[in-house]
Parts: sequence; structure tokens; C-alpha cells
Amino acid sequence: MRKLIFAATAAGLLGFSGNVLARDYISIVGSSTVYPFATVVAENFGKSTPFKTPKIESTGSGGGLKLFCAGVGVEHPDITNSSRRIKASEIENCAANGVSEIVEAKIGYDGIAIANSRNGTTYEFTLRDIFLALAKMVPDPAGGETLIDNPYKTWQDVNPALPADRIEVLGPPPTSGTRDAFAELAMEGGCKKFEFISAMKKQDKSKYKAVCHGVREDGAYIEAGENDNLIVQKLQANPRALGIFGFSFLDQNTDVVQGSKIDGIPPEFESIADGSYPVSRSLYYYVKKAHVGSIPGLQEYNREFMSEKAIGDEGYLTDKGLIPMPRAERSEFQQAVTGVQVLTGLD
Amino acid sequence: MTSPANSTVDIVRAGLPKRYARERRFRLMGMLAIGLGLVFVAILFLDIFSKGYTAFQQTYVRIQVHYDGSVIDPAGTENPDTLAFADYMALLKQSLREVFPEVTDRRAKRDLYQLVSPGAGQVLRDRVLANPEIVGTTEEVWVLANDDIDMLVKGHIDRDLPESNRRLDDRSLAWFDRLVDQDAIEKRFNITFFSSGDSRQPEQAGIAGALMGSFYTLLLTLLFSFPLAVGSAIFLEEFAPKNKWTDLIEININNLAAVPSIIFGLLGLAVFINFFGVPRSTPLVGALVLTLMTLPTIIIASRSALKSVPPSIREAAMGIGASPLQTQFHHVLPLAMPGMLTGTIIGMAQALGETAPLLMIGMIAFIVDVPQGFTDPATVLPVQIFLWADSPERAFVERTSAAIMVLLAFLITMNLTAVLLRKRFERRW
Repeated sequence: MRKLIFAATAAGLLGFSGNVLARDYISIVGSSTVYPFATVVAENFGKSTPFKTPKIESTGSGGGLKLFCAGVGVEHPDITNSSRRIKASEIENCAANGVSEIVEAKIGYDGIAIANSRNGTTYEFTLRDIFLALAKMVPDPAGGETLIDNPYKTWQDVNPALPADRIEVLGPPPTSGTRDAFAELAMEGGCKKFEFISAMKKQDKSKYKAVCHGVREDGAYIEAGENDNLIVQKLQANPRALGIFGFSFLDQNTDVVQGSKIDGIPPEFESIADGSYPVSRSLYYYVKKAHVGSIPGLQEYNREFMSEKAIGDEGYLTDKGLIPMPRAERSEFQQAVTGVQVLTGLD
Repeated sequence: MTSPANSTVDIVRAGLPKRYARERRFRLMGMLAIGLGLVFVAILFLDIFSKGYTAFQQTYVRIQVHYDGSVIDPAGTENPDTLAFADYMALLKQSLREVFPEVTDRRAKRDLYQLVSPGAGQVLRDRVLANPEIVGTTEEVWVLANDDIDMLVKGHIDRDLPESNRRLDDRSLAWFDRLVDQDAIEKRFNITFFSSGDSRQPEQAGIAGALMGSFYTLLLTLLFSFPLAVGSAIFLEEFAPKNKWTDLIEININNLAAVPSIIFGLLGLAVFINFFGVPRSTPLVGALVLTLMTLPTIIIASRSALKSVPPSIREAAMGIGASPLQTQFHHVLPLAMPGMLTGTIIGMAQALGETAPLLMIGMIAFIVDVPQGFTDPATVLPVQIFLWADSPERAFVERTSAAIMVLLAFLITMNLTAVLLRKRFERRW
């Protein structure tokens, strides 16, 4: 018994010291929205090349960039996925830790759908309706330029054209990238339709953001966790509730849930691809240039991800719900990434 | 007030029915509580089994494949690398086009190829690598069907829904029906589920990677925690002086047993990964963290096992001249071992079902390759369940439940072993 323990410990330590010297697989962290796409690419990459399949952790966009920017070396990830663009502060943080050369790869678009059960009524919202129904503070319905706590109880209160059902929306929690994008695109989109709030942006930017991104906390908006499948299941059980989740989940569950039109545009593949659907965002991944060449397969992974058979109009990622970029933009990024072009600044 | 007739006996008698009724009520409530618990367990099991049992079968499609040399090995080199990375999917596509010659439109062809799994070419590759001489010949092969077809066969896709609300359109259904007429669709035992690692294609996803990850992690956890825990239990119980320092240590051990497991994960990240540089996402770092988590459980169980060994055993051993160390290792430890092992197995079962501390150390990750050692990136069973539960594809629902069934089977086996060990070897005085 004692010998066995000793042998096992020794073997463990030996293996461990070997691992520190070199890592023969790609380590990827980042967004849970990009995760379903990156994993498919990684799997195809592992099966069609002599390299090992990359390891992908789903840490969220912010958490991923933090790990990514921690330094250069095998103990740090090579790639981070992100459902938003890298921020200037994150680039600075990266540079402070020696990660000064980052390659930016945009892979396509993702739409955020507001959907409900097929057994419920079909909704047609404007961005203004969404803001008024879900914001914490809304303009006083009596008129004037004051903000009051959200008084609306039913959709009809918000907009007479909508049904008299109680406002009940299941959505992601504040830690989620989907929630950030929803606040920025849908809530703010409706918010800035009010001129006095829009004017606030110039005078007091943080107050403007608080008003436009603040979600009500009186029970009408229910934080349903990061698991989009759970939201779909809850919608099936409760036909009067609406849910907020990524387009890929809507695409996989069209038999049980229906997406609502926003500003007259339905959440469909075509409308997100041509940019007419208002609540869509870009998806990215970032590569550490210093690791290209030292981690085996990194450049080949880039080539696989940016290839037409992955992110092209009929690529395998579109089957998983990714919305491809227009051809010109796509070829621009394909060249930049396969040429390992370093991100010089945010424009 | 008390007359001789109204004695204590009468008072007791008068209250008797009330006291009996009280006892009956308590018994009834106890039965109800247990009954309710059992009903919930039954509902849970029923739900998991009814959702999960279909995952043990998988739909296959029979296809006539011609191993075209000009596709597999155009240069005729017979180089294993060329054979390994040839486009076997192209062969399957060719065969599908031959089965349905009327499909010519580009979009329709794309849909047609969706009948089989995107990873179906793997079977052909394995066959060619095993026997390169079959290049140029033709044979019938059963390949994995796509997850949508699999869901249709298992009745999870409703044909009567309007076409726009279904994952499979009418055209695909017609193709499927023709394949069924030709007896080219079959459900078989799902070997893939037990032999392969994770995958984003539900039909190719398996739990082998997670099982091996759990195995390596638990093996290391056992090797690290058992000697440490038993050693500290013996020292604290039998050798250490009883003073305020040992009291403090005891309080801390009991306290540690109640610390939320995520805290151990944070500690593991800060100490093992950031300070000692242990590689992320490996069974090694997982085991280190789980060792911290299970140590208090095993120490507490081991100490109570030692306490239950009667002092007369120790006195007798000392009496015939054994040293304190000999007394412990020759007489007390063998008698306490069953209790210690029970505690260890329960601690291990707890570690097997744990995900929260692994979150911080990168074991919640998509890992396709089955880990081959303690320092390969790995994930564990409960994490695999979590990842599948979060996947958009419908076919992962049954796989999630099936993985839960496997995890439950392991937990029940471990706890049963603990009970049997106790029944078989534990001695009472």
C-alpha cells in the first residue's frame, strides 16, 4: 500500500513537471454565447488535423478576457471568446501584463430573441414598448420630463395595441453577456426615443446609462439564470410569459416557442444577417500573437475557424445558429486573422 | 380537593387516551414525512428514467459505400496520415446522392447530407485504417444518423406539426420514410455513449471522457486524503495532548466540514494554480482541491471510529508489552478500519458529485479527447451533466438524463459498499 502511494505520487509529480514545460493543446476561455460555436470548430479541428482537440472553458466574456490578459506563457490561455468587443481598459490591462499583441477575429452575428410559447398570443413590439415594460425608471405617463418608478402592470398599459396580459419576462442575470447586449440594444434603443433622456447622454452619461440599462426589480422581470434551455422549458409551462435568449435556442426550438417581431421585423436568419433585426450583436475571439508558433496548431485553428466551411454563408456554424457576416466583411477578417494582424486600437 | 377515590392512578388514567393519541399522531407524521420523501425520490427517478432510457439506443442508417481511391488517397501513397485525414464525408455524400438521384439542387443536397451525422465519416476512416486494402471496394456500412433523425425515430419530433415549426421539413421526412421502407434505418445499442468523449453533435457525444476524468480525480483524491486523514485522526485521538490548541484544531476541522465547497475552489485557484503553477483543468489540481474538501469528513469519521474501540483493547496490548505505536497499528487501527473506510467512501461519493469547486480551477470545460493521465485536461461526470443540460440541441436532453443515471448508479454502488462494509466488518462491544 505504502509503495503504491509513493509510486502514484511520484508518477503524478513527473507528469506534472512535464506539463509545465510544454502544452500540446490549445487552451480557450471566454463567452458562453460563443462557446457553442467554438466547441464545434474545435471538435472539427481535432478530428481533421493531427493536433489535439482544444480545451474550451465557458467563463463569460469578462472573465475570459481577465484570464487571457493575465500574461504570456503556457499557463495562460491562448484564445478568449467574447460576445462583445474588447474594451480599451482591457487592452491596457493586457499590455500591462505583457500581452501587447492581440489578434481580433470577428466571427459573425447573434440575435437576441424575445419569445413566448406557441400556445400564447403572438406579440409585436417596438423598442419603445420593451423599454417601457422592463425599465426600472420610466418617463411619467402623465407627461413632462420626470422619471418615476415603472407603474406598468400589463402590456396593454404600455401600448394599447398589445394584449392585456400581465408583464412577465424571463431573462438572463446581470452577469450574462446576453443581458449586457439586451440592455444596450433593446432597452437603450427604446430609451433614446425619448428626447429628454437622449439629451441626458451629453450632460450626465452615467445617469443616462443607469436610466436606459436599469431593469425593474419588482417581479415583472424574472432572472432565470444563464441556462437558456431552462427559459425555453419555463415558457412551455407558462404560455403567458415571455423569455429573452439567444437566436440559436430559438432556432432549435421553433416547434415550441415563437419569436416576437421587434419594430416589425421577425427574429429570423435573414433579418439578422442583413442587420434589419434591431437586437443583434457581433461575436469575436481574440488570439495572443506571442503564442502563435509556440502552441502547436494555433494557426491551423485560426484557419479552420475563419474558413468558408465554418463561418461562410453555408458553413457548419450556420447550422448551429451563427449568423454569417456579409461577404466583404468576412474576407477582410479572414485575411486579417490568417495573416496574424495585430489589433492596433479600437475605432 | 383530592378525595381518596380521585387518586394519582385516576389522574394518570384520565390523561392516558390523550397521551396515546399524541403518540399515534407523532407516528403518523413520521410515516407521512418518510412517505412524502419517498414520493419525491420516486418522481425524480421516474422523470430521469423516462427521459433518459432512450439515450441508450441510437439510430443508424445503412449506406452502400464505395471506398473511392481517388477521394481517399489520390496520389496512391498509402501513407497512414493521408488515409487518416481524407475526406470520408465525401464518400458518404456520394452514396447518399446515389440513393436519391433526383436531388440535384444545391440547397436540397445540403439538407440531404443532414440525414447522417457530420461525424459519420469516422466509421469509414476506422475501417480503412484497420484494413487499407478495402480502398477501391464497395460495402454496406451502418453509420450514425443525425440527431434530428434520431429524435424523429424516438418520437421526440411531432410529424403533425406545421412544417415551419418542425426541425425536419416535409422533404427530409419523405427521404426518411423511403429509407425506412428500404429497412435502412435501425436502432441499436448506443456504444458511442460509453466509448467516446464529449462532442457538440449529440449523436457522437459520450461519457467516457468524463468517466475517466472522474476516475483519475477520485483515485488521486483517495491517495492524497486517506493517509493524511487517518494519520491526523490517530494523532489527534490517541497521541495529542488535550489542551486549548488541540481544541482549537478540533473546532476548525468541524468547521471546515461545513464550509461551502466553492471556497475550496477559490483556495485551489489561488494556491495550487497561481502559486504552485499546477496546470489548470487537470485531474491533479481537481484532486488537490477535492482532497481539501473531503479531509474534514474523513478525519471526523475516523476519529469517531477510533473512539468506538474500547479502551480495554489498548490496555490489554499495553499490558503485554506493546509500544503505543504497536498498540495503535496492530490492535486499534484494524478494529477501527471499517468505520474509517465507511467515512472515506462517503467522502469520496461527496467528491464524485461535486462541481462547484471545480468551476474555479477550469474543469468545467469542453474536452473531446479522453484523458490519458493525471495531467491531461479533463472534466468529471457532474460537470458533463451540467454542460449537456445547457446545450441547445434537443437530443442532449435524453443524454443529460442518461448521464445522471450513470452518476446515480456509481453513487448508489459506493454508498452500498459503505453500508455493506459496516455490516460485514464493524464490531460492537
